Amino acid sequence: MDRAGMSLEIPVEGNNFSAAGEAASRVKKTLLRLGIDSQLVRRVAIATYEAEMNMVIHSDGGKIILQVDEEEIKVQAVDQGRGISDLELAMKEGYSTAPDEVREMGFGAGMGLPNIKKCADRLEIKSVVNEGTTVVMGFKYQP
Amino acid sequence: MDTRYHSVVLDEEKCKGCTNCIKRCPTEAIRVRGGKAFILTERCIDCGECIRICENHAKKALADEFAVLDQYEYRVALPAPSLYAQFKAVKPGSIIAALYHLGFDEVYEVAYAAELTTFAIRSYLKQYLKNNPRDKAPLISASCPAVTRLLQVRFPSLILNLIPIDPPYLTAAKCFLREKLPLLNLPREKVGIFFISPCPAKITEIKTAHEKVVDGAFSFNTIFRQLNHCLRQKLQAVNQQGSGVGIGWARAGGENLAVQVENAMAVDGIHNVVALLEEIEMGKLNEIDYVEAMACPEGCVGGALTIENPFVARVTLRKLADYYGDRELPPAVCKKGEALQKQDPHFFTHQRPLPAKPILQLDSDLSTAIKKMSQLEKILNKLPGIDCGACGSPTCRSLAEDIVQEKSQLTDCIIILREQLEELAQKLLSLAQIRPPAMGSLVEKEGKNDP
Repeated sequence: MDRAGMSLEIPVEGNNFSAAGEAASRVKKTLLRLGIDSQLVRRVAIATYEAEMNMVIHSDGGKIILQVDEEEIKVQAVDQGRGISDLELAMKEGYSTAPDEVREMGFGAGMGLPNIKKCADRLEIKSVVNEGTTVVMGFKYQP
Repeated sequence: MDTRYHSVVLDEEKCKGCTNCIKRCPTEAIRVRGGKAFILTERCIDCGECIRICENHAKKALADEFAVLDQYEYRVALPAPSLYAQFKAVKPGSIIAALYHLGFDEVYEVAYAAELTTFAIRSYLKQYLKNNPRDKAPLISASCPAVTRLLQVRFPSLILNLIPIDPPYLTAAKCFLREKLPLLNLPREKVGIFFISPCPAKITEIKTAHEKVVDGAFSFNTIFRQLNHCLRQKLQAVNQQGSGVGIGWARAGGENLAVQVENAMAVDGIHNVVALLEEIEMGKLNEIDYVEAMACPEGCVGGALTIENPFVARVTLRKLADYYGDRELPPAVCKKGEALQKQDPHFFTHQRPLPAKPILQLDSDLSTAIKKMSQLEKILNKLPGIDCGACGSPTCRSLAEDIVQEKSQLTDCIIILREQLEELAQKLLSLAQIRPPAMGSLVEKEGKNDP
C-alpha cells in the first residue's frame, strides 16, 4: 500500500538577502496547511530559516526540499558552493566564517548550525569543499 | 454568546461584487460568490481592513444602537482615548461632559485605565525579564484584539507570547465594578457598561467574551453627531482623570512610550504586523523584549470606525498627550495599581490562554492533509498565477485550496476557462473543416499538399 507523502522543492538564491527567509516561510505555511502542531512547525521554521540563511551567506545558491510523510518531516538544504572545511569547528557556537560586510548586516553570528542542532531531532551534514553542502534535518511528530 | 459572531458584516445592497476586499484581507477570509462578497466567519479577525478598502461602503460594523441604553437604570460610558482625537481644539473634559449630557450616569475613562494597565505591564515585564533568558521570542501586547485573533488563526505558535494582561477598556470596566457598583445599590443587570469603540475588533471581543464584563459597544459613528451637537453647547468641562500617558496609548508607539521597556518595538497596520510576526516566528527578533502591535495604521486613532483622518487625529492626540503630561506615570496611579494587585493578584491578568483556531489546515487527518496538499500543488501548477481574483478567491493559491476543499472548481478560473474554450473552438473548427465525400474531402486534399 502506498503511504501518503509529499515533497516540495524551493529554490534559494545565493547572496540575495532581501529574499532570504521566503523558503522557510513557505515551508512553515505548508506544514500549517498539513495541520502539524504549531510548536513543531515553529521548530522546523527556525531550523529551515537558519539553513536558508547559511545558503544565502555562504553558497552560490541551491534548494530547500521539504518532504513530509506519516513518519517524519524532513528538510534538506542542498547547495553548490565552497562547502565547509572544518565541520567540527562550524558546529561551535559563535564560530563564523561570514565576511565582515555580512556580519555588519547582523547575520553570520556563528549561531546557525548550533541553532539547527537545537531545533532538529536528527541532523546530518555532508559537505565537499569547493563543491557544496547538504544539510539534512529530521523532525519527529510528538507522541 | 456565539463565538463565531463578527461585528464586521456585509451590506448586500451596496456590494458590487468587486475584488478589492478579498485582495486586502490579511487572513483571506472573503470570497465573492454570486456577485456578492461573502465572509468566512472562522477566518475573520475583525480587523476592519475590508471596511477601510471598500469604496461602496458595503462592509460595516454591527455596533449597538443608542436606544439600548433605555434598558438600564444606570449607564456607564467607557470612552476610548482615541475619541479625544476626533475633535480639534476640544478638551477631553468637554467630551466627558458631553457624554454625561447625552445620558450617561458615569464616565470611566479608558485613558485612565490605560495608565493602570501600564503599571500592570511594567510590573509583569520586570518579573518576566528577571526569570527568563534573553534569547527568547519577545512578549506581544494583548491590547489590540485584532492582533490577538490574528495570532489565534495564523500564528498559533505565538499565542503563549501574548502578555496575559487585560486591555485598558476591560480594566476600566473591572475598576468600575469594583469601586463604584457596590455604592449604587443596584443589581448588576440594571447597570449597563458601554465601550465607545474606534474599531470593530473590540466590539467583537466584547460581544463574544466568555465572561460578560462590558455590556455593549457604540462606534464613534453612532454617537458622533450627538456628541458634536453637545460640544457646540459649550457645556462646563469636567476634570478628567487620564494624564497624557494614558491618552497617548491611542496612537502607535504610545503603549511603549508609557511602558518604557528598553528593548521594545512598535508596529502598526495589519499587513506590517503579519510581516513582523513572521520574523518573530522564525526566531529573528529574539533580542526584542516587547512588541506593541496595532492592526490599524497609526494605532487606535486609525481605527476603522473613526471619523477623523488618522494622521490628523494622531497630531491632535500627540498635542493632548503632551499637554496633559506623557513623561511620567502619575504616582497616584502606581499606588492604586499596587493596591489593586494586593487585593487581587489576578486583577489585571487573564488566566486562560487563548485557544488556537488554525484556519490553514487542510484536514485534521495527516495523511488526508498530505494527499490534499499534493493535489493542491498540482492544481496550483495549472493555474496562471496572476492572482486576478476574478474567480472570487483572493489568489491562485487560495483558489487551489478552495478546489481541494471542494468549494470551487477549476473552470472558475477565467484563464483556464478560456483555454478550455480555445481547445473546444479548435475542435469545432477541425470538425467544421471535414467535408462529406460528396463535397470533396477538403481536409484530406490539404494534407496531401503538405510537403
